Amino acid sequence: MPSPETPAPAATLWHRLNPLTKLVAAIATGVAALIAGGLLIPLALIAGAVLLPAASAGVLPRLMRAVLVLTLPLAVSVLVVNLLFFPAGQDVLFRLGPLTGTADGLRYGVEVLVRLLALSGGVTLFYLTTRPGDLTLDLERRGVSPRVAFVANASIGTVPAILERAEAITQAQRARGLDTEGGLLARARGIVPIVGPVILGAIAEVERRTLALEARGFGRPGRRTLLWEPPDSGAQRAARWAMVLALPLLAVLRATVGLP
Amino acid sequence: MTLVAEGLSYRHAGASRVALRDINLSLADGEVVGVVGANEAGKSTLCLVLAGLAPRVVGGQLAGRLLIDGEDVAGLAPHRLAGRVGIVFDDPGTQLSGVAVTVYEEVAFGPSNLAVGRAELIERTEWALDLLGIRALAGRDPARLSGGQQQLVAIASILAMRPRHLVLDEPTAQLDPAGTALVGEALQRLAASGVSVLLVEHKTDLVERLASRVLVLDGGRVALEGPASDVLVDPRLPGLGVAPPARVRLRSRLAEAGLESPALLEAIAAASAASVSAPQGPASAVSAGGPA
Repeated sequence: MPSPETPAPAATLWHRLNPLTKLVAAIATGVAALIAGGLLIPLALIAGAVLLPAASAGVLPRLMRAVLVLTLPLAVSVLVVNLLFFPAGQDVLFRLGPLTGTADGLRYGVEVLVRLLALSGGVTLFYLTTRPGDLTLDLERRGVSPRVAFVANASIGTVPAILERAEAITQAQRARGLDTEGGLLARARGIVPIVGPVILGAIAEVERRTLALEARGFGRPGRRTLLWEPPDSGAQRAARWAMVLALPLLAVLRATVGLP
Repeated sequence: MTLVAEGLSYRHAGASRVALRDINLSLADGEVVGVVGANEAGKSTLCLVLAGLAPRVVGGQLAGRLLIDGEDVAGLAPHRLAGRVGIVFDDPGTQLSGVAVTVYEEVAFGPSNLAVGRAELIERTEWALDLLGIRALAGRDPARLSGGQQQLVAIASILAMRPRHLVLDEPTAQLDPAGTALVGEALQRLAASGVSVLLVEHKTDLVERLASRVLVLDGGRVALEGPASDVLVDPRLPGLGVAPPARVRLRSRLAEAGLESPALLEAIAAASAASVSAPQGPASAVSAGGPA
């Protein structure tokens, strides 16, 4: 049987890490890249804390795709804006009518982009290697209210459910002649008959779900019994503290001796 | 261990019409009571009141007394009733917690909220999975099951809380004949173990097979009440929006045609019993590879 009281052990070492360790690693990677600035440290963070673990976890292609989709629009705008409108730009690369592209602007744009990639890469790696339920179980074990953990978990789980409902309603409306694939105007007109039932359905579902949850004792105050707990270790605890403490240290180093 | 309703009347919040009027009923240990009636007769509202969800969660005004073992529990917080009265709704999709990744975790959700010990949590979960014959689904994502499979999971999830009284609001509405028979067998086993069951159903064949007593609701009132063998053959049933069991309807037609004979009636009774019995053993009724 695939799942008795505990889920099957994850395939890779990175997957098996405690969810909080992975969350702290994701946040620390992004924050460290922001604090350090420049190119060298953020690039090193991307290589060591995002790409290497992603490769070892076997999610590198998915991570690359997800990061590309998430950051591409922002990356393009960051590069274009800084290239053409960097206020302190001196080294002119090209002129295009009233616009002037500068090397300083390009360098700054790349630095911002690298920090952005470190941040989105760390978060994406966390999501690709962690079940939402595992994190909430771990947080609950550490004393977070079951209600807070439930809301966090349910929020993540609700998105695909709403998308699924929207798809079903779209199919139903199409069957009744609604044009959802024509021109821009036709698509815009088609949104209302789809969004309305999706929102109203979601509201009605909240009451039914509330009743079902109350009937299953969810309103009971106090802690609940956890079916299983994500494994943790002294080494992981030490690693988490080390990552957290490294952030102020990095800030101090940058402010005093400077960083590459 | 009895559940008693004395003079229960209920009005939904903001409604001008009373949804339940002067309902009196009792559920003794191991007893199965069927509740039938047309749509809007008050069946679902009765379920909410008996489970302590109305008026506490949904609002409204309740009059009368709801007693469990002599203690008036009307107005008690639902979580304090959760381990004593379980309720299963007709829509399985909205009964899922939404946070469980596997059926196993889904079934364990209720007892884990009641903070039972971990060993007991596992024991209850596996007992409920086995009782409903859905052990093979344990590792599946509950959101990806068919409606019928989800309903079996929903029932198992409530049973895992080990309520002494079970209220079921059309629990087989989305089940095929095999699933319906499976639920029927599970309810029979529960009743035999002392759990009392209030079964709201449109499928009067199932009610006839399981219930010893039947209430017919009409406009929020009890219109008919008595032994199932009497109420389900009452000629007033169709007028109350209730289709009598197939056996009764067929017998009535045969009588009208002058074809009634003892041997034929015996054959009809046997066929009727077989139609609500599981065609296979419980464990084989649900496979892990069911519809997604």
